This record gives sequence, C-alpha cells and structure tokens, in this order.
Amino acid sequence: MELPVSQDSTVRASRWLPWHTLAVFAFLYLPIVTLIIYSFNGQGVGGFPPRNFTLDWYRQLFADDAIWTSVFNSLLVAAAAMAISLALGIPAALALDRADFPGKSLFRRLVLLPLILPGIITGLSLLMLFHEAQVRNSLITVILGHGTALISVATTEVFAGLQKLDRAQEEASLDLGANYFQTFWHITLPNLRLSIIGAALLIFTLSMDEIAVSFFLIGRDNTLPLEIWGRLRRGITPEINAISTIIFVFSLIAIVSWYRLGRSTDDKIEIEGAPS
Amino acid sequence: MTFSRAYRTAVSLPPLLWVTAFLLVPYALLFCYSFWSVSPSQIIVHSWTLDNYRELFRVNVYLQTLFRSMWIACRVMIFSLLLGYPLAYYLSFHAGKRKDILYQLVIIPLWVSYLVRAYAWKTILGSDGVLNTLLQYVHLTRHPLEFLLYSPFAVVLTLTHIYTPFVLLPIYASLEHIPRNLVEASHDLGATPKQTFRRVIFPLSIPGVLAGATFAFVLSLGDFLAPLLLGGPSGIMISNIVVSLFGAAYNWPLGAAISLCMLGLVVALLFVSENLEKKWSFR
Repeated sequence: MELPVSQDSTVRASRWLPWHTLAVFAFLYLPIVTLIIYSFNGQGVGGFPPRNFTLDWYRQLFADDAIWTSVFNSLLVAAAAMAISLALGIPAALALDRADFPGKSLFRRLVLLPLILPGIITGLSLLMLFHEAQVRNSLITVILGHGTALISVATTEVFAGLQKLDRAQEEASLDLGANYFQTFWHITLPNLRLSIIGAALLIFTLSMDEIAVSFFLIGRDNTLPLEIWGRLRRGITPEINAISTIIFVFSLIAIVSWYRLGRSTDDKIEIEGAPS
Repeated sequence: MTFSRAYRTAVSLPPLLWVTAFLLVPYALLFCYSFWSVSPSQIIVHSWTLDNYRELFRVNVYLQTLFRSMWIACRVMIFSLLLGYPLAYYLSFHAGKRKDILYQLVIIPLWVSYLVRAYAWKTILGSDGVLNTLLQYVHLTRHPLEFLLYSPFAVVLTLTHIYTPFVLLPIYASLEHIPRNLVEASHDLGATPKQTFRRVIFPLSIPGVLAGATFAFVLSLGDFLAPLLLGGPSGIMISNIVVSLFGAAYNWPLGAAISLCMLGLVVALLFVSENLEKKWSFR
C-alpha cells in the first residue's frame, strides 16, 4: 500500500505569491517614500527626477508658528481624549466582563459603533448635540468627540486583556480581606498594564490623526490635521511633506517601542479584535 | 466569581451615562433632525415633516451620488481583498522567519496619517506630478495623463491604499487561527496544495474576509476627504453632499436625512456580515 508522504507542514508557495507580496509592499510604500524624497526637493513637489537637495522646507517649517500651534493643540487634544476614553473605557470593559444589566448588548454595540462607523456620522450627530445644547465649537468639543469615539478602542483592548486575566489572583486578594477598590488598584490594574498602555498609545495616535470628527467640531483653534487640510485646499507646498516626514519618524519610533514592549512580554495586541 | 452590587454599579454606571449622553442622544437627534425643516430665515424648525425624505427621492442627484459612492466603495473593497488576501496568506503560511518583520511592515503605513497619504497620492498623480513627469522623462508619454487625478480612479486608488492593511489584518488573524494540523491532515490524505487551499484554508478564513470586506466598504462609503482632495467633480461622494448641506448650503435636516440613510445602510451591512461570520466560524 502506498501512502502519500507530506514533506512539509506547509503548502508550497506558488511562484507568483512572493512577487505579489513584493508588489503590494511597493504599492503601500510608494507614496510614503515619494513624500519623504520630495520633502528635500529644491524644485518643490512634483517633477521627475527630484533635484537640488535642500533643507529649506524644514527651515521654513520650523519658522511657521501656525503649524506649531496646531501641533500643540493636537497634542493637548490627544492627551485629554486619551484620559477620557481610558477613564470610561476601562470600567466599560469591566462592566461588559463582569456585570449584568438591562440593555447590556445595546450598550456594547453603542460603545463599539464609532470604531466601524464612518467618522462623519459621529461628528455630525455630536455637532447637533452641541448645537442643541448651545455649546460653541472649540477644542473642548473636539476633545469630547475624540474621547467618546475612542472609548471603543480602550474598551476593546482592555476587554481582550481581561479575557487573559488570571481570576485566582483577584479571588485570593478578596479572600485575604482586601476590598474591591484595593483589589482593583493592586491586582486588576497592574495585570492589565500592557493592554492599557497599548490602548493609550493607539488612542493617542488615532486622535493625533483624526480628521472626520474634528472637521465638524472644530472652533477657531486648529488641530494639526485640520491645519494641513486648510493648506492643502489652497495648494500644495513641500512644507507639508516636511511636517509629514517628521510625523512619520515619530510614529515609527512609537511603533517600534510599542512592538518592543509587546514583544518583551509576548502579549500580542489585536487591532481588529472586537469582543463578541 | 461574583462581584458585589456596588462594584458592578461603579463600573457600569459612568460609561453607561456617558455613552447615553454622547452617543445615544446624538444618534437620536440625528433621527429627529431628519424630520425637521429649516425656515427661509435659516432657523431650524422643530416640527415634524417627511419633506426631507421626499426631497431625497425626488432630486436625482442624491440617489445617484449614493449609488456612485457604493460603487466606489465596492471597488475599493474588491481591490483591497485582491491585494490583501494573498499577502495575508503569504505572511501566515510562507513567510517563515521573516513573518514578524513583514507583519510590522504592513502595520507601519497604518501609522502614517490618512490625510498625508491622500496628499502623497495627489503629488504623485497630478498633471505636473511625479508619475506624469516620470512618464514624460522616459518618453513613454508626451502629454500628462489627465485621468489620473480628479477622477473616481484617483479616489479608488487612494482608498484602496488606505484600507488594504485594514483588510489584511483580520484575514491574517483568521489564517493564523487555523490549526496547522488540519492543513497537514489534508496533505496526508492526498489533497493537492490547491485543493487544500480551496477546501480547508479558504473556508476557515471566511470570517476574516467578511470582517475586512465590511470594514473597507463601510469606511470608504462614508469618506469625504479623499473625494474632496482627489475626486474632482466626477468623484463626488455622498458624504461630500452631507458636508456641503451642513456647511454653505445650510440644510441640516436634509443632511441628517441623508446621513440617516447612510447609517441605516451601514448598520444593515454590519448585521448581515456579523450573521454570516457566525455562520462561517467553526469554533
């Protein structure tokens, strides 16, 4: 009797698969590489080949107060939004994990909805709320908008962390006479540390980049993406390439440190993992 | 383990109140607005009417634009799947030692601002852009190709670029969850690699495909920045109409009616895809 023998645990790759992979990566990185190259181009954006290497656009950028004000605004918004969404997202995850109340499944869907909904709908409905409440648009409304929309991210990440949590430790703490608050502070929170840091980083970055919700809630002070947006409508300048390159470098540093952090404890954070 | 009543209240009440105030009430307001109207002196009139919905079905441009947006979103979804699936498959089954680094390479573009990537495509596709000047530089074309920018093509290209990683991630996750001994078993029982893929691997990855496809479709359907930046008049999407109704055109109630239709469509899609995912998940 003949038995087919498997040589390998994986299926052999067909010949075009590596090429396809290469092509997709080229597609994903083409705009980013172009952007960076042309931030050093003396001739401005466009024109092939790039020539006259220059740092002028960066010099111009560093002298541009409006941009730096908007960067500061964005950092402020991101930090405040992070605080709000963590302050509500962590209890929300705990509630979904351990409490039963009427309307729980509606609550879960509502919290997670902004994650999948086009930003325009979240932005518009909040605009109507503030309009009816006669609150004027400002950075505060933007903070409330980001904070609310990003509770979804905090909840998802922390909920995923709770699933992996060892319950015995909490039980032991309670048995040994600690109250719920002490148990939460000394046992639950430290165990969720990685999920929380992961969520915080993700929320911060998403808020820094957010534009659809901010678009409707912004007052007189611009965030960075809206400042860039305003300039784009007037025409393109290599200054935007320069600021984008700088943001890219910072994002790269953030992602590498996040990865190191996750790697060191072998805790993989799933971006798509909505609890269901 | 049971938690005391106080604990459960303490963790559920604050998020519940917040979500009610900042998500439930606003969505309800969106619903109400769509039945209100705006007076000639540009004041919102809080009396109920179906006029906005009549208007929506009477004036062709709204439905036409909605269908165009769905068609654009559909193309984005298909192209992202075509680009994302084989890459996810390669990463999960064939990348070997390079898996981690390649996975990181997929994630990195996600961290580059959406706006910046759309802008980068604009600088590539414009008539004095990088691509056109390159083509003329190597004497492939004499005149700039005009269809590249300010067209639905540019919108589809840019959105595909933005959503391909989003589509890839859930597919990759579902491929990673496939027990490798199933693949081995299929092999040992004499299936060719093609058969193994078609009858074992692909069916098990369907939940990931559904999640990714829904994501790409829904998010591109509601996009208004890429069309404004790269779409030109022929690339206008439904959200652009909503934005203008909330801005210069000042007709919030009509804008709310259109948004509500969009919201209904999205929620219906999410519902369908969630149910299909349940049907196809074997865990």
